[in-house]
Amino acid sequence: MNKLPSERRYMAIHLPFLPAERRIADGAAPPDTPFAIIEKQRGALRIVALSPAAAALGLEPAMALADARALVPDLPAFPHDPGTDRAVLMRVVAACERYTPMVAADGADALVLDLTGCFPAAGWTQETIARDATARLARLGLRGRAAHGATPDAALALARFAVSAAEDLPVAALALDAETHLALRRAGLRTIGALRDRPRAPLAARFGRELPVRLARLLGEEDRRITPHRPAGTIRAEHRFAEPMATVSPLLDVIEHLAERLETRLAGRGAGGRRFDVALFRTDGHVARLTVTCGRPLRDPPAIRRLFAERLESLADPLDPGFGYDMARMTVPLAERMESEQPDLADGGKGRARTDLAPLIDRLTVRFGPRSISRFHPCDAHLPEYAARAVPPESDTCPWPRPEPGEPPLRPLFLYDPPRRVSVVAEVPDGPPRRFVWREKHYRVVRHEGPERIAYPWWKHPEGCGPTRDYYRVEDETGQRFWLFRHGLYGRESDHPQWYLHGLFA
Amino acid sequence: MSDSPNLRRASMLVPGPSSAKVAGALGFGVPAVDRWLKGGLRRDGVHEFYAPSDGEGAGATAFALLVGRLICDATLPLIWLRTNRGNRNERPYAPGLAELGIDPDTVFLVELAELADLLVATVESVRHGGAGAVILEMQGRARPFDLTASRRLALAAERSGTAVLVIRGKARPVASAAHTRWQVSAAPSPALPANAPGHPVFDLRLLRQRGGPEGLHVQLEWNREQAAFRTPLYGDSSAVPARGTEDRRRRRAA
Repeated sequence: MNKLPSERRYMAIHLPFLPAERRIADGAAPPDTPFAIIEKQRGALRIVALSPAAAALGLEPAMALADARALVPDLPAFPHDPGTDRAVLMRVVAACERYTPMVAADGADALVLDLTGCFPAAGWTQETIARDATARLARLGLRGRAAHGATPDAALALARFAVSAAEDLPVAALALDAETHLALRRAGLRTIGALRDRPRAPLAARFGRELPVRLARLLGEEDRRITPHRPAGTIRAEHRFAEPMATVSPLLDVIEHLAERLETRLAGRGAGGRRFDVALFRTDGHVARLTVTCGRPLRDPPAIRRLFAERLESLADPLDPGFGYDMARMTVPLAERMESEQPDLADGGKGRARTDLAPLIDRLTVRFGPRSISRFHPCDAHLPEYAARAVPPESDTCPWPRPEPGEPPLRPLFLYDPPRRVSVVAEVPDGPPRRFVWREKHYRVVRHEGPERIAYPWWKHPEGCGPTRDYYRVEDETGQRFWLFRHGLYGRESDHPQWYLHGLFA
Repeated sequence: MSDSPNLRRASMLVPGPSSAKVAGALGFGVPAVDRWLKGGLRRDGVHEFYAPSDGEGAGATAFALLVGRLICDATLPLIWLRTNRGNRNERPYAPGLAELGIDPDTVFLVELAELADLLVATVESVRHGGAGAVILEMQGRARPFDLTASRRLALAAERSGTAVLVIRGKARPVASAAHTRWQVSAAPSPALPANAPGHPVFDLRLLRQRGGPEGLHVQLEWNREQAAFRTPLYGDSSAVPARGTEDRRRRRAA
């Protein structure tokens, strides 16, 4: 009877009272009293969600608040806050990653888990997972209804409508528009079971092509895979604690243990991890995540442990184990080929130097962020400020142009970006600078060389044409050396060209 | 057994108290200076380079980088740590490094906002031992860099054999565990034809040398092609190391 397209197992959890229960859990509303969550819709205050006690009184979402108060005078009402509700739902989604990495939220009040293949490894059955999940939700003060199905839609509909078989679902479970639902009911088709045995083609002709597709999904005949909340790393190891871990001190041992288990898997693929994620599942549903990245592929457990030690030390908020972590999982979302041969010694030791520094660079990167460490990379650019850029430390090496032999340094050691405005006295308007004032200090130029003319790269900007720069290397009487430029050719581009200080020489 | 080629090769791959680094002192190749320093700068020491009072100009930084490059033998990496706050967008410029004869490819730049973090990163870098030299550039008073912090650096330097070169801009000399302390500023260069600025010249005063004399005052010119310092030749007269009495008066800063 049940034509299963696959052996997939999904579990859906519906949280019918999420907006109300999270207010009760926060202490914003008393438990066991009727209240409503309302929102202004088309000029009228309408009920969006209800507390369990209010639902028990026969109130329903979508009622106008005025109508509800006619039935229950003095019904308290809270404004709707979908953002916070969503955040609570996503917390539940994250916490459910303990069962399977394939978890997705559905709508504002439900989530669905792909449990396919999850049972034998962890020693669970689908019933124990459902029981465990609802018990954990109850501890958070949330009432959850779990249901299983061969497709996500079937599981979700069974959980939402609280029925045990797809045949008993109302036609509203098709989640089509209200008119279609009404038309189906008028035709005497009240349940999915009534629709099941009808020929599909006339149904499609009458109610649209969507209907048979939805029907097939509800009946478990056609699968629709879910998109998990977080892409699942394929390389992962996890550890469940017999006793919740209430202090952070054994954490590094756990991390090293997980890294040891991943090491053989990575070695088997000839790969090393470039990024390692550790998720710590707390008994109360909170999930803490730690991530480290490294500059080269890595699979050495002690090295991974050191990186996580660095990450733990650099946390702005230290980890709070609360009532304890009961599970830890390490994933490798980014892995790369890892050469096991020794590094090439023929490149003058440069590559070796980089390999030697890699653990240090990784540690500093983890601790201070990836942007704190950089190397220089030459760029084929005309304007001096674009001639070099910062690249991550693990980038490939590249040759730099060799300076002209015999010449003193023609480019400064420090560059101002943007250049600093200075006021300059020159003998003639298009001549070299004689004196300049910078930061209220006067400098007398005793030696100069220039101009070195650097034109605006007009070939890149056909319509825009910027002023030409005339660069001078100058030295003042104390021996300080500066790089100044005049912006704009006197007489041709500007009558009063501005001067800028662009750099400092040694 | 230790002569086995395999073992020797393996030991070259092990990072740590670097086998590739040459032990001993870095001589400047200028007899007057090397005699004064009893051979040269310790390669496993802390050396401080102060820019005078309102330290504009890049003299002290350039000198420290060049010393670092000589200690590094041009191939070992150079780690340059600096704060990226309050330096008014004064960015290290790689083409300028190349023009000094320092391969920008060997330089790793670490820029952090907090001085305390910078000191942590510096100690880490020195302890690691994989770098040829570690350069710490600070501007202003730099209160966290106290006697304890500099002692920690000196210990780490001795243990890992890594030179630590500390640049202090806009700061007055304070007590520290440094092996040598220099005041560095730019000095007029011997002019090139058409009165063009010449090769970089540094005016150096040795303010302190642990277990040695101080008060050396000398001007050194950097020669990129030979990768060496030399005394500059100004037209007809050659510069003589000047050791006036006025230098003695200001030499005891700490």
